[in-house]
Amino acid sequence: MPGTVLLIEDEPNIIEAIRFLLSREGWQVATHADGADAVETVRSVRPDLLILDVMLPGRSGMDILRDLRGDAEWRGLPVLMLTARGQARDRDMAERAGASRFMTKPFSNQDVLSAVRDLLDAGRPG
Amino acid sequence: MSARGPNLFLERETYRRRRLLDAARVLPVLGIALWLVPLLWPATPEEGVPMSVALVYVFGVWAVLILCAFLFGLKVRTRHADDAPAPRPGSGQTR
Amino acid sequence: MDTLSILVSVCLVYVIILFAVAALADQMAAAGKARWLRSPVVYTLSLSIYCTGWTFYGAVGYAARSGLEFVTIYLGPTLVMIGWWWGLRKLVRIGRSQRVTSIADLLASRYGKSNMLAIGVTILAVLAVTPYISLQLQSITLSFSIFAGTDEQAPDNTAFLVAVGLALFAILFGTRNLDANERHYGVVTAVAVEAVVKLIALLAVGIFVVWGLVGGIAPMMERIDASEIGAFEVQGGRWTAITLLSAAALICLPRMFQVMVVENDDERHLRTAAWAFPLYLFLMSLFVVPIAVVGLDLLPVGSNPDLFVVSLPLFAERDGLAMLAFLGGFSSATSMVIVAAMALSIMISNHLIMPLYLTARSGLGVTETGDVRHVVLMARRVSIGAVMALGYVYFDVSGDDAALAAIGLIAFAGIAQILPALVGGLFWRGATRAGALAGLTAGFGLWVYTALLPGIGTAGIIPAAMLADGPLGIGWLRPQALFGVEGLDPIVHSTMWSLSLNTTAFIAVSMLSFPSPLERLQGAQFVNVFDHSVGPRGWTGSPAQAEDLLTMARRILGPDRAQALFHREARRQGVGGNLPEPTPEFLDRLERELSGSIGTATAHAMVVQIVGGETVSVEDLMAVADESAQLVEYSGQLEAKSAELTRTAAQLREANDKLTQISLQKDGFLSQVSHELRTPMTSIRAFSEILRDTRRLSEEDKNRYAGIIHDEAVRLTRLLDDLLDLSVLESGQVSLNMRSATLDGLLDHAVATALAGAAKPIAIDRRRSEEAAQIDTDLDRLSQVFINLIANAQKYCDAPDPWLTIRLRSLGDRLAVDFIDNGAGVPREARALIFEKFARVGGDKAGGAGLGLAICREIMDRLGGEIAYLDGAQGGAFRVLLPAPRAMAAQ
Repeated sequence: MPGTVLLIEDEPNIIEAIRFLLSREGWQVATHADGADAVETVRSVRPDLLILDVMLPGRSGMDILRDLRGDAEWRGLPVLMLTARGQARDRDMAERAGASRFMTKPFSNQDVLSAVRDLLDAGRPG
Repeated sequence: MSARGPNLFLERETYRRRRLLDAARVLPVLGIALWLVPLLWPATPEEGVPMSVALVYVFGVWAVLILCAFLFGLKVRTRHADDAPAPRPGSGQTR
Repeated sequence: MDTLSILVSVCLVYVIILFAVAALADQMAAAGKARWLRSPVVYTLSLSIYCTGWTFYGAVGYAARSGLEFVTIYLGPTLVMIGWWWGLRKLVRIGRSQRVTSIADLLASRYGKSNMLAIGVTILAVLAVTPYISLQLQSITLSFSIFAGTDEQAPDNTAFLVAVGLALFAILFGTRNLDANERHYGVVTAVAVEAVVKLIALLAVGIFVVWGLVGGIAPMMERIDASEIGAFEVQGGRWTAITLLSAAALICLPRMFQVMVVENDDERHLRTAAWAFPLYLFLMSLFVVPIAVVGLDLLPVGSNPDLFVVSLPLFAERDGLAMLAFLGGFSSATSMVIVAAMALSIMISNHLIMPLYLTARSGLGVTETGDVRHVVLMARRVSIGAVMALGYVYFDVSGDDAALAAIGLIAFAGIAQILPALVGGLFWRGATRAGALAGLTAGFGLWVYTALLPGIGTAGIIPAAMLADGPLGIGWLRPQALFGVEGLDPIVHSTMWSLSLNTTAFIAVSMLSFPSPLERLQGAQFVNVFDHSVGPRGWTGSPAQAEDLLTMARRILGPDRAQALFHREARRQGVGGNLPEPTPEFLDRLERELSGSIGTATAHAMVVQIVGGETVSVEDLMAVADESAQLVEYSGQLEAKSAELTRTAAQLREANDKLTQISLQKDGFLSQVSHELRTPMTSIRAFSEILRDTRRLSEEDKNRYAGIIHDEAVRLTRLLDDLLDLSVLESGQVSLNMRSATLDGLLDHAVATALAGAAKPIAIDRRRSEEAAQIDTDLDRLSQVFINLIANAQKYCDAPDPWLTIRLRSLGDRLAVDFIDNGAGVPREARALIFEKFARVGGDKAGGAGLGLAICREIMDRLGGEIAYLDGAQGGAFRVLLPAPRAMAAQ
């Protein structure tokens, strides 16, 4: 069953690529480019899956994730984190902050699609 | 041994300098005293001091004072050759 | 008629020559070639403004009336000068170290930077000096009329024209700029020239009289003894009183203070002046008695003895000599009026107008009151005009019948009221502000009552009955016989009462009152000026204020001088950038710099307004309480050491901060590079996979995705280029391609390149006429820096109506180009980092990878220049200091 994916990312070209990939598979894609009010956006869009960049203007993706995990309503939201700084430390931080999955840019389209599929399936009860 | 020579010399220098400053301080006092002398002269027109004498006296004292001040300035110049005051702050800056 | 027109043209030519001399001197001073302008000889000659028209003409008249008494006018100054080691040396040293701008400023500074005291002294000075100025106008007018001879064609408006002309001269050369030290090379040089003219004139007349008319010294002496002033007859009281008054006048007259202390360039000049100035006075008075005697003999009974100097040569039909004598008198009068008006105007503007102006605008805060320099200069010009107008009005009202010397002596007696507070301030640490005010008030009041009003009062200000019987018939209040002391000469009477009560009040109130801490600090500084005593460290400030202080200083000192001062101070403290820590030492130094332009009290008030009040520390109070010179010296050494420690500590702290930051950045560098490389690669990979894997893509989408891949590849290339460029620059392996060109062309190119293709290019404000400078450097590299800065302004300037000001500045022998936009600028906390790699303010991605400014800095380093953020400007501001011009090749 297709669901809604929220993409928080500030590079317009990457947004376009991911939107193209996911919407072709039938998912609804909402996007947002600013870190400062990202949590509010999550609350109003109420996505089934969140794709979150780490380096965002206004607020870091790690902080946003920590906020969400502190909120009972969003504790179970599947979150796929993207980062361009592929260092081991970043992966650790992301896991500790509560990321469901972590991917380093550049990624292969196939990997993104299967990660999204996995996360949505896992998140769906039954 | 060798340290003694310059020491003695320095003390003598300091002593000279002190006396020189004394002299400089005395100079205006001397001037005042000498220029008050005319007030002691008899003031009646009959037995009064002639103007020519008064002129020579007043101007003579004047000349002597100027000469002393000149000599003092000369001495201070040679003695203070190295402790010249720094130029006025800011005067040598870029303009 | 003919003589008169010749006279007028001679005057005009003479004045034009003076203008030329003053202009030339100013020019030379500006070009830094003023060394000989400031020789001890010029200093001594400038002191000769002591000899005014009153002394030039009036001394002879004085001698004709009262014999040798005239000489006391010169004896007092001679005594002060030869006693320079006692008093003047200290006065000049204090004037220099405290950056005093006038006698009023000196007293204000000594007594706790009290503007009230300064206002009092200013008013006293204006009241005492104005009649004196009108006296000079009178002497010029009188000498004109005697030339006009019997036909009485001297135009009525002579005095008016002269007053206007002198005001013009004083405004032109006295208010040209706000020099930190209030020194006016042009005026002083012109005054020195006039000093020579008047000396030569008087000597020429004297020699002509003694050898030409009488036939030698011996016959002259006989003639003197046979004349009506042939016997030496003086009143002891007047002899002493006038010597005292003239001695006081030499120090206290605003114009004398101006040339002797304020314009003093080198303390050592006093050494020469100590004998040379008495010699000048000696020569000026040498022939006075002979001229008076011969004048009384030869000239018709009833001729004005005040004009013998001119009328004797005229009588002997030596018109040339008479003309020279006239020029001498003219010189005496003009130089006095110019310097007096200038000195008074500085006092009026610093102590009356500026405090009022600043209070009126204090709602806006000091930093927003605009460029104060123009206000100060305008205030001075207006003050000069007002002083001259006052002098002229007094001349017009009082008529010209009073004997010249009478007004002069009254002025002397008035100005001498400053003496107790001044001498007390220099030598007695117990002197307080309250004491000084009390003494000045008492002396001033008594002087007005016993000398000023009766002196000018025959014209009707004080009724004759009051003069004879006292106010309301109270006999012991008679202005010229106070408390029943009768039979004294009026001037002796006035001097005795005013000065003695002044001194008594000063000492008594000083002993009864308690000084404020600032007063005590200043007192210690003044009295112990030769011990290099501890500075008044009464300030505490916070770093946030440094920028406000800079803004304020810029408005008072001018941008370049303020910037240089702050930069120097930051260097001294061992802090990078242009904003020194507002340490007490720095605030104190800044205050002194400012007081050179606007006076002590005002400068103090302005700094207080920003820093917010002074606190006097325990050490300061100990320094005050500590009367022992030894201990002061010891703590001075300690302070020098602790200052050094503080400096070292500041340097270490900054080095440490920098190291920490750099290590963090080095750490972050790799992940930064990684991030910057991976981001475009992500798009490239994603879209190339889309193109590869997707079958049914429209032609349009295919093109667009290929376009994205292309753009991102270009971005990647640019980033790699920048990285390579930076690493080449950093490794120092760059080869420079030196060429020369003019700056305007280079800027044209940079502006065009940087703004090419911009949708809404930022407005550029340049002054092409000032950009003609030739530069010799790697033009491509320099241009790269300019392009970067302009492009940055284009990208980051957030003003709704953005513009960028580009200005060429000359800082000493270096040139700098300032780029200042009207946006919000770089936040203070980010300024230290913007020249580091990948340092982007606020994390936005509007621009490149954040390497631009780092490259700019490396380039400027290689070129031998500098690039820095300009603190304290309105918007984002960068200064590119161009490389120093290369030295000419040796061959």
